[in-house]
Amino acid sequence: MLLIACPWCGEREELEFHYGGQAHVPYPADPEGLSDGEWAEYLFVRDNPKGPFAERWSHAAGCRRWFNLIRHTVTHEILAVQSNRPVAAGQPKPVLP
Amino acid sequence: MSHQLPSHQLPEHPDWLWRTPDPKRSYDVIIVGAGGHGLATAYYLARNHGITNVAVLERGWLAGGNMARNTTIIRSNYLCEESAALYEHALKLWEVLPQELDYDFLFSQRGVLNLAHTLQDVREGTRRVNANRLGGVDAEWLDPDQVREFCPIVNTSPDVRYPVLGATLQPRAGIAKHDHVAWALARRADAYGVDLIQGCEVTGFLREGDRVTGVRTNRGPISAGRVALAAAGHSSVLADLVGLRLPIQSHPLQALVSELLEPVHPTVVMSNHVHVYVSQAHKGELVMGAGVDSYNGYGQRGSFHLIEHQMAAALELFPIFARAHVLRTWGGIVDVTPDASPIIGPTPIENLYLNCGWGTGGFKATPSSGWVYAHTIATGEPHPLAEPFALERFTTGALIDEHGAAAVAH
Ligand SMILES: Cc1cc2nc3c(=O)[nH]c(=O)nc-3n(C[C@H](O)[C@H](O)[C@H](O)COP(=O)(O)OP(=O)(O)OC[C@H]3O[C@@H](n4cnc5c(N)ncnc54)[C@H](O)[C@@H]3O)c2cc1C
Ligand SMILES: [Zn+2]
Repeated sequence: MLLIACPWCGEREELEFHYGGQAHVPYPADPEGLSDGEWAEYLFVRDNPKGPFAERWSHAAGCRRWFNLIRHTVTHEILAVQSNRPVAAGQPKPVLP
Repeated sequence: MSHQLPSHQLPEHPDWLWRTPDPKRSYDVIIVGAGGHGLATAYYLARNHGITNVAVLERGWLAGGNMARNTTIIRSNYLCEESAALYEHALKLWEVLPQELDYDFLFSQRGVLNLAHTLQDVREGTRRVNANRLGGVDAEWLDPDQVREFCPIVNTSPDVRYPVLGATLQPRAGIAKHDHVAWALARRADAYGVDLIQGCEVTGFLREGDRVTGVRTNRGPISAGRVALAAAGHSSVLADLVGLRLPIQSHPLQALVSELLEPVHPTVVMSNHVHVYVSQAHKGELVMGAGVDSYNGYGQRGSFHLIEHQMAAALELFPIFARAHVLRTWGGIVDVTPDASPIIGPTPIENLYLNCGWGTGGFKATPSSGWVYAHTIATGEPHPLAEPFALERFTTGALIDEHGAAAVAH
């Protein structure tokens, strides 16, 4: 069982969370212009690395908020957690390693 | 069909069953992965197509991947025509293979029950029974009394949280001894001259333009006319090495066995809704499984809370297991596609072939997976049974959605 640090609630058991797959997969900027192949890529193809993976989790049984983390897919070590807190004006957006 | 053989009648020790050659410089076909599918492919390449200048490269030991870790359930009661045809082809092959390979792998057609606990389960189950019958696959619908008659240890009381409202039964379904299947296929492939090379990891591909011409390995480069992937959970790791992105996510899937018990469990029972499945191995262990871990992973172990969940479900369904001890748990890495169906066929890269995405349910397909893949590799054209399972279906949208009939949640 993973111990996941929700950015708002702190460390909680994996059981409280819902997995959301790969992080940073933006909706296509120009959906009308996409070929079938590009749509297939957007809908069905995600990274599947053996190593660090940036992914989304939701604290479903807690604050219900989404956030990103980087987890090693072999050791399950959580290498970084990033909240989606609004960034104060003038501050740069946090960048995931 | 053998059933409940005492262990002293088990087949001979595997060390004697195949050679351990060094890799040659070049082969007509290289198969990556000596799991059941890779071995069956090698066997049928030789048997059906006369292609024997073949190497099966395995980074670990022969059939030590998911082939060693699965719970050995064999059935063909899938919903879609394409899948029912593919898995039924496998079941027909299972029925002749022990004799053909001259090796008893304890294939036992003791039937598989898929329990229904909700009105929706009942509708899904009866629909699948009808679809199966129309497609020539044996299937029956049982009411709760008939379930109790067929498998007396199932709790069919209406007073439990998720009462048994009925079940589908496929009488020809069952289990087989997985390692013996692998050894039987390996022995015959070896006898045809196929090189089975263990401890040989593919680390890259040799290419000329858009063409694959061989593989790089920890034992040096090996060239090949055709390269066929059969690497289950590691397919996307391999495909990445050649710049091919696959609609595959790898997840841990775990199983467990109890201590040995006297024979009490006459069939295979699966429940999608409360989520456990149980059979009793020939020696007497209860073999149990449940769903995949929700997240991607390559560490070969699963989460403990899934075991807790599955044990709670098992106890409600089978109160007599209350005092059984868990002996061992283990995990494999399964390759899951968006429609819970496999991908078989050529790739956009010339001479590179793909067989993956069997997810939680590829053991039952082992013979037909090998049969259709061998045909595809030998002729360069997809076998008719494999054609609908091509990679292109994710672009055309002709998905084969088997989430309902796949029977393990992912
Ligand atoms: C816990 C569990 C329970 C299951 N239960 C069932 C069941 O009851 N019924 C059913 O039908 N299916 C079941 N399955 C699924 C089934 O085991 C798989 O679908 C099937 O085994 C996959 O095909 P395979 O046998 O070729 O894979 P594997 O045996 O995993 O073979 C792939 C091989 O490729 C090798 N490989 C990977 N990368 C490389 C590389 N770079 N170089 C060389 N070799 C490489 C691996 O070491 C491995 O040996 C279960 C799976 C698990 C994990
Ligand atoms: Zn929270």
